[in-house]
Amino acid sequence: MNPLARIGRIFLGFLAHTGRLAVFIAQSFLAIIQPPYYLRLIGQQMIRIGYFSLPVVALTSFFTGGVLALQIYYGGNQFNSEAIVSSIVALGITRELGPVLGGLMVAGRVSAAIAAEIGTMRVTEQIDALTTLSTEPFKYLVAPRVIAAVISMPLLALVADIIGIMGGFVVGTQSLGFNPAIYMQLTIDFITPDDITSGLIKAAVFGFIIAIMGCYNGYHSAGGAQGVGRATTNAVVSASILILSANYLMTSLLFSS
Amino acid sequence: MTDMIKLTNVHKSFGSKHVLKGVDLSVEKGNSLVVIGGSGSGKSVMMKSILGLLTPETGEIEINGLPTVGLKGGKRDLVNRQFGMLFQNGALFDSLPVWQNVSFAAMQGSNMPADEALELAKESLALVGLGKNVLDLYPASLSGGMHKRVGLARAIATRPPIIFFDEPTTGLDPIMTDVINHLIRDCVSELGATTMTITHDMSSVRTIGDKAALLYQGKIIWTGNVDALEQSDDPFLVQFINGLADGPIEIAGA
Repeated sequence: MNPLARIGRIFLGFLAHTGRLAVFIAQSFLAIIQPPYYLRLIGQQMIRIGYFSLPVVALTSFFTGGVLALQIYYGGNQFNSEAIVSSIVALGITRELGPVLGGLMVAGRVSAAIAAEIGTMRVTEQIDALTTLSTEPFKYLVAPRVIAAVISMPLLALVADIIGIMGGFVVGTQSLGFNPAIYMQLTIDFITPDDITSGLIKAAVFGFIIAIMGCYNGYHSAGGAQGVGRATTNAVVSASILILSANYLMTSLLFSS
Repeated sequence: MTDMIKLTNVHKSFGSKHVLKGVDLSVEKGNSLVVIGGSGSGKSVMMKSILGLLTPETGEIEINGLPTVGLKGGKRDLVNRQFGMLFQNGALFDSLPVWQNVSFAAMQGSNMPADEALELAKESLALVGLGKNVLDLYPASLSGGMHKRVGLARAIATRPPIIFFDEPTTGLDPIMTDVINHLIRDCVSELGATTMTITHDMSSVRTIGDKAALLYQGKIIWTGNVDALEQSDDPFLVQFINGLADGPIEIAGA
């Protein structure tokens, strides 16, 4: 094939894919704002997305906080700056690492699960069955997952903030010899409400990305088990990339002033 | 007699593949039409077009006199509430127990309270010969035959005036095939519903159908009473109902 034609085909495919995703997001918004609201399903999804992600998010943030404390200490030691460990751990966790690493971990766990579940429903005609039973699949499948993820992710980020700071605290006080009271005081003094709020806003956006990419890839899966596997992989990869790009954009917007 | 389902010159393509090439078909009220045809002839696409799962490019589909092509949202829901559907592999919801699968339309569409929905599920399951012992089972623990029965119970749960059956006996042994065929016939006659069935299985055609239609390469090429099937000298029909490799029907992929 002509190389230009190949490039053109890839570009057109990308545009078509982007257009489909935009339409999917628009349909999802409509499904979210219009009744009926499946509150029981939203609750179930919050347990699946939020509650069952707690262990993985807690472990990730604890060790991240600890590693961050060590790195700042060893890096800062050369300039005699051990005192800034607590403040930078708090800042790094609340602004960036809590929501971003939490988001990436949840993307791996939840986005894949959503894509696999909805993808299986697609290839076994369960989504067609929903339509024939007068139930709108976007309202029944997509809206509860998106709402649950948008609510759950900030809560998970808050937990990640607390446990991440505790990770830094444990390493700082037990391994690096900092005074516990001074460490905590410095942390509290340095963090502002904006640091926490910005992280929670990011987490809500990441929750939206995680749920939408899982639902989108699952909903459009085709070709049996192989198609569901492909949808699952695509959901995790696309959600992770979008989380990182959205994080850059939001950091630019939230902290530009 | 009134046509409950009427297709006029329906065309549907997927990319360059023209699947339905002007389908004309009607089913009278209270009648049971069986559509036969080889794999890839367009039977499922035709049924999905009637159900609103696919939108034809041209042509008209009327349900009880109402044109339905392009209907969306609440208007489509109102049409779909007249339908019951038994999918080829059941399409039961994995995450719900049997009773919630059966009463799904009543609970979601009509906000039926759970206790009434449970009673409805029991009644519908009794119609297909299943007892209370299956109510709390999940689809993964059902056999193929039970899967079909639960699917049938779901299709008739709201007592719809029109019921569709997509390959209702695929994957079943001959005895279970006969059981399902008779269940369908008995349920439909009890409800007085209009039905459309697509199948390859000639035993289903003879047991379920009042009328039959042969779909070949996206067009209906024969229609008539089921009794007339055996007497027909149409070469396509003779080849299909006798399962002959030689004849005018082009075999897909051969």
